[in-house]
Amino acid sequence: MWDYSEKVREHFFNPRNAGPLAGANGVGDVGSIRCGDALRLMLRVDPETEIIEAAHFQTFGCGSAIASSSALTEIIKRKTLDEALKVSNQDIADYLDGLPPEKMHCSVMGREALQAAVANYRGEVWRDEHEEGDLVCKCFAIDAAMIERTIRDNRLQTMSDVTNYTKAGGGCSACHEKIEDILIAVNGRLPPAEPQRQIAKTAPAAAPVKPRLSNYQRIRKIEETLEALRPALQRDHGDVTLVEVDGKRIFVALSGACQGCQMEAATIGGIQQKLVEVLGELVQVLPAAALARD
Amino acid sequence: MTPIYLDNNATTACDPAVVAAMLPFFTEHYGNASSIHSFGAQVGHALKEARGRVQRLLGAAHDSEIVFTSCGTESDSTAILSALKAYPERRAIITTVVEHPAILTLCDQLEKEGVVVHRLRVDRRGRIDLDEYQALLSERVAIVSAMWANNETGTLFPVEEMAEMAHQRGILFHTDAVQAVGKLPIDLKTTRIDMLSCSGHKLHAPKGIGVLYVRRNTRFRPLLRGGHQERGRRAGTENSAAIVGLGVACELAQQHLETESTTLKRLRDRLERGILARVGNAFVNGDTLYRLPNTASIAFEFVEGEGILLLLNQQGIAASSGSACTSGSLEPSHVMRAMGIPYTAAHGTIRFSLSRYNTEDEVERVIAALPPIIAQLRSLSPYWQGDAPAAGPGLSFEPAYA
Repeated sequence: MWDYSEKVREHFFNPRNAGPLAGANGVGDVGSIRCGDALRLMLRVDPETEIIEAAHFQTFGCGSAIASSSALTEIIKRKTLDEALKVSNQDIADYLDGLPPEKMHCSVMGREALQAAVANYRGEVWRDEHEEGDLVCKCFAIDAAMIERTIRDNRLQTMSDVTNYTKAGGGCSACHEKIEDILIAVNGRLPPAEPQRQIAKTAPAAAPVKPRLSNYQRIRKIEETLEALRPALQRDHGDVTLVEVDGKRIFVALSGACQGCQMEAATIGGIQQKLVEVLGELVQVLPAAALARD
Repeated sequence: MTPIYLDNNATTACDPAVVAAMLPFFTEHYGNASSIHSFGAQVGHALKEARGRVQRLLGAAHDSEIVFTSCGTESDSTAILSALKAYPERRAIITTVVEHPAILTLCDQLEKEGVVVHRLRVDRRGRIDLDEYQALLSERVAIVSAMWANNETGTLFPVEEMAEMAHQRGILFHTDAVQAVGKLPIDLKTTRIDMLSCSGHKLHAPKGIGVLYVRRNTRFRPLLRGGHQERGRRAGTENSAAIVGLGVACELAQQHLETESTTLKRLRDRLERGILARVGNAFVNGDTLYRLPNTASIAFEFVEGEGILLLLNQQGIAASSGSACTSGSLEPSHVMRAMGIPYTAAHGTIRFSLSRYNTEDEVERVIAALPPIIAQLRSLSPYWQGDAPAAGPGLSFEPAYA
């Protein structure tokens, strides 16, 4: 039922810095009882140095909401306000050795409480731009509100548009029916029919005829393509490097969060699709481990 | 420390006698009941015996009214889709807002396909209004589907009366009785219920076996076609081991039926009173005068259910929460919302559901374990101050965004 890391469990059972804080001079209240998550973050800031001397929390919420609050107070203690504001929700999740996708919003709430508390200390008004809906894509933790907004803002029409813009639906694909329902709701009509199999799009007949590349040019092109894909992977704490090119077979090594990730196959599939487009020929992308097996 | 299992509305332990009865059907009795030879015949006879046992527990007039399915959800889908196919000129369904997702999600989908779905609302105690129901009964309605007992609160709907009302207007009546079968005396032949769903694993039979009762002469269209099994009403080779297990479980349920309303009810009441006497700002959800004998749904204000469950679990106590936090939805359970339970309480609702395996000692252990857990979580809650809800100027907690 609960796929919590040891660290999350430990912070839930033994929360750090829980309860009211005497002499707090920055307080941030965020969350909503309707959603079942609410957090009060209390800071005692040294006015001379702007160093956070103490940070306490009170949280109404699930196990990971309490653990995220506890982690947040530990992370920001003894940091200056400016340093603390650089803490992202991903930092909170990383500190806890990760959160299940359904629970990532707990770390977002922590980050927002921090912004609210700092704003309160500085006498500013903090405005929330928070919007959250039901979790649709569990692979990439994308909620309905985000998908709806992206469809509207970019006039997206198809399932694959939504995946390209938000990543939602790019994994196990179990959420495709829900995403299509959102497309219908926003656009007021059925999404245009897509080819039943994605492979049809990349069939060689559809690709324009390209001049034949030399081996050197071809490998350079593969390298350039991978290089262009790396920033996106690095954003998700992963990476890719080229290992070997053997005719139509291209071997790559995935590292960091990509390695052993449930999305590894999808990532490799995405790389392959890109390389097929760029090279104008059918190639097969394989993990480096497959090379070892040869 | 032996674990305490108080989540029997989610699923139950398979009774050892059930397991023992099933085992030969994984080994020597592997025949297909449809085969002519003795391997098949042995299994065929065992299925017939099991069907008879289910028939007796449900009080069905004929054993041919029992259709074995794979689960309660399949039974529910079969019943509703059958009615829509059998009465193509009727394009409406009546159900309630507090049904199990097996019904509600199907109805949502049917609505998208053009079916009109009427969802009866409930009051603060989870009761429907029979006048509202009466007004909805019309010749456009293909089927009424109302649960016998609510899985979250145990509240009972007057399904026998509702079935009679539907019958008078010539409308099929189906009840999802997954939580009721084995806990309440049921005698279908004296009612006007046309179809009823039940599920093996809620009454100490294994998972993967369900039943749809279909009254003789009910117009019926199968969900799965392809074989003569279940008289063509549910094709597919019978899950013989599970069917045999369910038969034994039904016989055991019949033997224990009386203790459900005496011993078990007494344990549940003891648990409820013990907790409420020791924890303030807590209350029981549902219709306390008309509900299952095994279920206690208690709302603990100003704390969130998952935290309670994690701390109970640490002490080996298994229960479940009325909050949907774990399912990825941020909203509390649709049942609590339908009853108008405030968010501060709905999120902190815990369901304790007992079975005949629970003991007095276990109940006492839970009563002792709970108060410190609630106190610990309230000490973390911004809605709580000292030993009371936070209130007054500067104290009440009203966070940004809703």
